[in-house]
Amino acid sequence: MSLETIRCENVTKEFTLRYHRTFKQVTVALAKGRKVSDTFRAVDDVSFTVSAGESIGLMGLNGSGKSTLLKMINGVMRPDHGTVRTRGRIAGLIATGAGFHPQLSGEENIRLNAAILGMSEKEIDRKYDEIVAFSEIDTKFLKTEVGHYSSGMSARLGFSVAIHVDSEIFLADEVLAVGDRPFKRKCLKKMEQIRDSGRTLFYVSHAAGSVRRMCTRVLVLEKGRLIFDGDVDEGIKLLHYDEDKEENEPDRDEDTDADEELGADI
Amino acid sequence: MTDAYHARVEELPWVDPAPRNGLLEVFKRRYLLRLLVRREISARYSGSFLGLMWSYINPLSQFFIYFFVIGVLIGLHKNVPNFAIHMFCGIILTHYFQETFNAGTRSIVRNKAIVRKMAMPNEMFPVASMLVSLYHVGPQMIILLIACLAYGWVPDPGGMLAVVLALLIIMILGTAMALLFSAANVFFRDWSSVVNILTNLVRFGVPMIYPYSIVDERFGELARFYLLNPIADAVLLFQRAFWVGTTDHPEELARTDLPEHLFLIGFAMIPVCLVILVIAQWVFSRLERKIPERI
Repeated sequence: MSLETIRCENVTKEFTLRYHRTFKQVTVALAKGRKVSDTFRAVDDVSFTVSAGESIGLMGLNGSGKSTLLKMINGVMRPDHGTVRTRGRIAGLIATGAGFHPQLSGEENIRLNAAILGMSEKEIDRKYDEIVAFSEIDTKFLKTEVGHYSSGMSARLGFSVAIHVDSEIFLADEVLAVGDRPFKRKCLKKMEQIRDSGRTLFYVSHAAGSVRRMCTRVLVLEKGRLIFDGDVDEGIKLLHYDEDKEENEPDRDEDTDADEELGADI
Repeated sequence: MTDAYHARVEELPWVDPAPRNGLLEVFKRRYLLRLLVRREISARYSGSFLGLMWSYINPLSQFFIYFFVIGVLIGLHKNVPNFAIHMFCGIILTHYFQETFNAGTRSIVRNKAIVRKMAMPNEMFPVASMLVSLYHVGPQMIILLIACLAYGWVPDPGGMLAVVLALLIIMILGTAMALLFSAANVFFRDWSSVVNILTNLVRFGVPMIYPYSIVDERFGELARFYLLNPIADAVLLFQRAFWVGTTDHPEELARTDLPEHLFLIGFAMIPVCLVILVIAQWVFSRLERKIPERI
């Protein structure tokens, strides 16, 4: 039985590059016959569907369009061509950090973020303590501005809010890149719970080990194009992410395997 | 468990993850709007010692400058009865409009950390700015009311209607302008400078430092073009509600210093402002798709 939750059809996103910023620069460039702007396709004609219960590993080199694709799935960006359709609530993190307002306190940001993700006031009141507990951030810091937090702290808080939203789709974009090891383990465990509860998981990572552990299917992007959609190991092999480590070590403990790989996230 | 889950998900509709309903969506998500308003009330003057008091110092300083230059120095003081009230009616509304316009224009850029990463109707920010400015109107109204009562003013139903009309006009028009310029400001910060010029114009385009009778006298028939400015109409409505009632000969004054059919004009301005709002929303929706990448 497969129940689709994400449908992307011929999704394309173009970005405009502007070489000059002021009126003066633009006129000079035009007079000299230079190009003022250029476009490039960050995501190019990508189509796929995802079913509930699947956990997708989205992989690709830097600049291959992973975050842009994720932004279109979560609705921050709209595709220039093609359509994205989703079912249910979407929560998650994009490009390591959450959408926090640097001038607001941690507490205010928790509430704002949760409300943006679609939680009601009651829901937030009920889950507030849990969110704080999961993030392991000292309550005395919650009263201060998020702008003063370390990158690890704000990532923790962001992940903690997102994970407590009852969402059908969970997006995790390099979430583990900044957390420390104990927190990474905790996050992975939580994401495994999400996966096992039948929700849809979208996981972006450069760490082959954690993708192998988390995902049932891999999508590989290259310069905006979807070049691979299928088996996890094959996808990793395609990117040559498996080369610096012995593949055929049957007696290797799975946990240490994943653990070492977590480090590669950075 | 997963079967039940599947059954529940199956019920859910396919939607476009990007919010599409613009302002309608904003009013559906009132809790989020409330959070934004509450935090902007405290954040508008963050880092300043006097904080919220600036909302009163600004209009008050304006008031005294105009009162002395226009009233005492140029001498309008004598021709216009209760000139202070006349002017204060104008200052409250123009200040409300300017605050909405200025803060609204900068609102999206100021919240870029959120706009970049969270999917939400971006109309939320200018609307929140408008509501925050409205919140500051309250205490100014109280000052005005006390002053009016001291002059022996008595509230009347027509006046109350005028207040509601005037505030509605400014709320709708302010939201429209804030919406339009907040999106434009993402692309070029020049727009906030344009807004500064426009708000300067507003101050002189309304019967605040001069009475409407002068306009009527100088322009004659052409005065009706002056009345096409919704902010001027709102100020006149406010003067109808407060200023006229504080003077010795209200009926006489209403005839000479207010335009004919003021209420009719006021009622007509509501749909006009709504049309402007619809246009602003339309432009905003066009520009919006590029906002997350340009901000």
